Amino acid sequence: MIALDRFSVRFGTSAALREATISVAPGDRLGVVGESGSGKTMLGLAMMGMTPGQGRLEGSLSVDGREMADAPEPRWQALRARRVAMIFQEPMSALNPLRRIGDLICEPLGVHMGMGRRAARARAADLLAEVGLPDPALRLRQFPHELSGGQRQRALIALALACDPAFLIADEPTTALDAHVAQRVTALLVRLAEARGMGLILISHDLTTIARATTRIAVMYGGDIVETGPTRAVLSDPAHPYTLGLLAARPAGIAAARPPGAPRPRLATIPGSVPRLADLPEGCRFAGRCAIERAICATRRPVLRPAGPGAAACHALEGGQ
Amino acid sequence: MNRVPANLLLGGALVAAVAAMAALSLIWTPHDFAQMNIRGKFQPPGAEHWLGTDHLGRDVVSQLMAAARNSMAVALIAVAIGGTLGTLLGLVAAALGGWVEDLVMRLADLGFAFPALLFAIMLAAVFGPSLGNAILAIAFINIPVFARVARAAANQIWTREYVLAARAAGLGRFAISRDHILPNIAAPVIVQATIEFAVAILAEAALSYLGLGAQPPAPSWGRMLAEAQTLMYLAPQLAIYPGLCIVVAVLGFGLLGDGLRDLTDPRLARAR
Amino acid sequence: MTDPLLSVETVSRRYRLPRERLLRPAPVLTAVDRVSFRLNPGETLGIVGESGSGKSTLARMIMAFEPPDSGVIMFQGHDLARMRAPALRRLRPRFQMVFQDPYGSLDPRRSVGWSIAEPLRAIAADDPARVAEALRQVGLQPGDAGKYPHEFSGGQRQRIAIARAIVTRPALLVADEAVSALDVSVQAQILNLLMDLQETLGLAIVFISHDLRVVASLCDTVLVLQNGQAREAGPVADVLNRPAHPYTRSLLAAAGVSE
Repeated sequence: MIALDRFSVRFGTSAALREATISVAPGDRLGVVGESGSGKTMLGLAMMGMTPGQGRLEGSLSVDGREMADAPEPRWQALRARRVAMIFQEPMSALNPLRRIGDLICEPLGVHMGMGRRAARARAADLLAEVGLPDPALRLRQFPHELSGGQRQRALIALALACDPAFLIADEPTTALDAHVAQRVTALLVRLAEARGMGLILISHDLTTIARATTRIAVMYGGDIVETGPTRAVLSDPAHPYTLGLLAARPAGIAAARPPGAPRPRLATIPGSVPRLADLPEGCRFAGRCAIERAICATRRPVLRPAGPGAAACHALEGGQ
Repeated sequence: MNRVPANLLLGGALVAAVAAMAALSLIWTPHDFAQMNIRGKFQPPGAEHWLGTDHLGRDVVSQLMAAARNSMAVALIAVAIGGTLGTLLGLVAAALGGWVEDLVMRLADLGFAFPALLFAIMLAAVFGPSLGNAILAIAFINIPVFARVARAAANQIWTREYVLAARAAGLGRFAISRDHILPNIAAPVIVQATIEFAVAILAEAALSYLGLGAQPPAPSWGRMLAEAQTLMYLAPQLAIYPGLCIVVAVLGFGLLGDGLRDLTDPRLARAR
Repeated sequence: MTDPLLSVETVSRRYRLPRERLLRPAPVLTAVDRVSFRLNPGETLGIVGESGSGKSTLARMIMAFEPPDSGVIMFQGHDLARMRAPALRRLRPRFQMVFQDPYGSLDPRRSVGWSIAEPLRAIAADDPARVAEALRQVGLQPGDAGKYPHEFSGGQRQRIAIARAIVTRPALLVADEAVSALDVSVQAQILNLLMDLQETLGLAIVFISHDLRVVASLCDTVLVLQNGQAREAGPVADVLNRPAHPYTRSLLAAAGVSE
């Protein structure tokens, strides 16, 4: 179990992650959705104990019941790969180009699991088969550049699974891939999480991917978790104005028949742009772009309160409407 | 976050010291550096002559200061000529590509393969030894260095989308080189120039030591070294002073160049 | 029937790949394979495909950055590949481009006003009033001309790039993945801006994208590319609602459009 309780990562006076409260159990599939600067990557890095050195940590972050917010690096190293593993957006830069796929996967098996060379090779081939790479024996001998983008991401997933982690954090794992390949990699992640009873934290800007792959969702904006709940419920009936705006701003899939050059319906928009970390408003981070903003929003921070089956942090949802 | 690298600070301080020495010599030296005084030769350091006098009774401090000015001037002119020509060649090579680029780069390889000293000796053999020929030789060896650096940096900028946008706007290759490429490769070229400054100072000292650079009575660290060599057992300090000056100047520019590169290279910036 | 603004006739483009074996001929990649389409003034064509489909190569050929190996691209009656450099340069203000990366398409060392004026300077028609007008048209302030790209967000930079592309009042805009790098909430603003500009300025747009949803909301007609070949073409409503080619159907499924 990974549990964050009012956990913050601060840089100077600004917070990249502000009082995040969320937990993931083995077998959970949590989707973290947000735009640039939302803090979603920082949330993933925090769960790996890899926040940048200058960041000041506050609040509680526990893994398997042990408090890790102030843990020294060696304690994190003992957890990484074996309890919590991570994969990234660009598999090419995450794989050492000078080493064969087999050597890359065998290394953690030898270091962390104490496996002999023979056993490690056999295990690596099993892992490659598990992530759906055909002809594992050949893949073991290949270099990263000999694989396609989707195959590389699968190899990276195999590498992350080498030590049977209880949690897998996937930060935009399909963003660099074509839609077809992305869909299959997403499905693979779901299948692996279910088969292994592994907790999956899927970080993405893409609501379609999140909707397909996860059971719970955390919507982030400006370093805050602004809404959480069951994925389907939140996406079909969002409570927070940001979630609502994000869904409305997505272009519709189906085109209306119209003669060429005829006026087209405009998309719903959220006014303004995503603020920079240093320019975030003090109260509600969404203040200044929100359609139902009140006087209190700019100064006081809303907290998550129950809204439908989930929870949302918005002053408009509090009493006195 | 914005920590200044230590090599930049130390290099800057050493360069500033040498530059101050050279600048001061333009308006003031303790004595006339060329004034001989046979009776006052080999004086030890003292109030009148801070570092003593040489075998002709000339004031060592004054000579060192005037030589600093000479070294800096030679390096400045040689690197300016070589840097300008080399950068232009690199820009043209990157802008035109194809066989022009291949030709320029193979010529640069040829330039690299040609020892500077040999070239200087050749110039001296044909036109006679002089400071001007030394400058030409040093400038010449700098051309391929800058051509390579400029071409590599320019080729990177040529792949940027803003360059494609400029092409879409209707700009030609030379207008794009002027408006976008040159300003954006300035940083690596300046870094290279600083490092080449160190190389040029060393080259000038070497050429003057061999008698192919500054001719008497023009002061030069290299020539002071050559003159002191014959007197090594009599007055070893006369070799040490110009040697130290060369070390300080070369080390200073080398460190400054490294420091500037650390500051401008984004890969290194991220690692900090 | 008027002549089309842009006509692409059986255009192909091949690249020689690096040799794999010393004595064998170098392998050839056909990036674009006999693609044809026509675009009338004021219309919007979406070109959809995955990476490696040849859509960016096609964009570069339409922009006359590189010539086709075979086939003809005609813009306003000019055969782009056969034009001499000075004549092509004079024609360039009539067709402009917006790029994918809002951080890479503006020279970081040049002010916004300088960058927007670049196409004007190329035809010696630099005019601060037109720069100010272009800034207003994309929803920015004329005073922003003196600022530098790093002072703007990704969405604002894309507005600046669009201002540069429309400052010469072109007839055609080629947009290569112009909203792909933007956040969803900003992407909708830029798409609306493109629609507004198109209707006020009578622009034709070639909109290249991997995102079917975006193409559906913006385009009149669509061309589906796979491995350099056109798989399906037609009015956007027909192609996306009743796809005829299995590849189009699988693209729609992968994008979640049919969900």
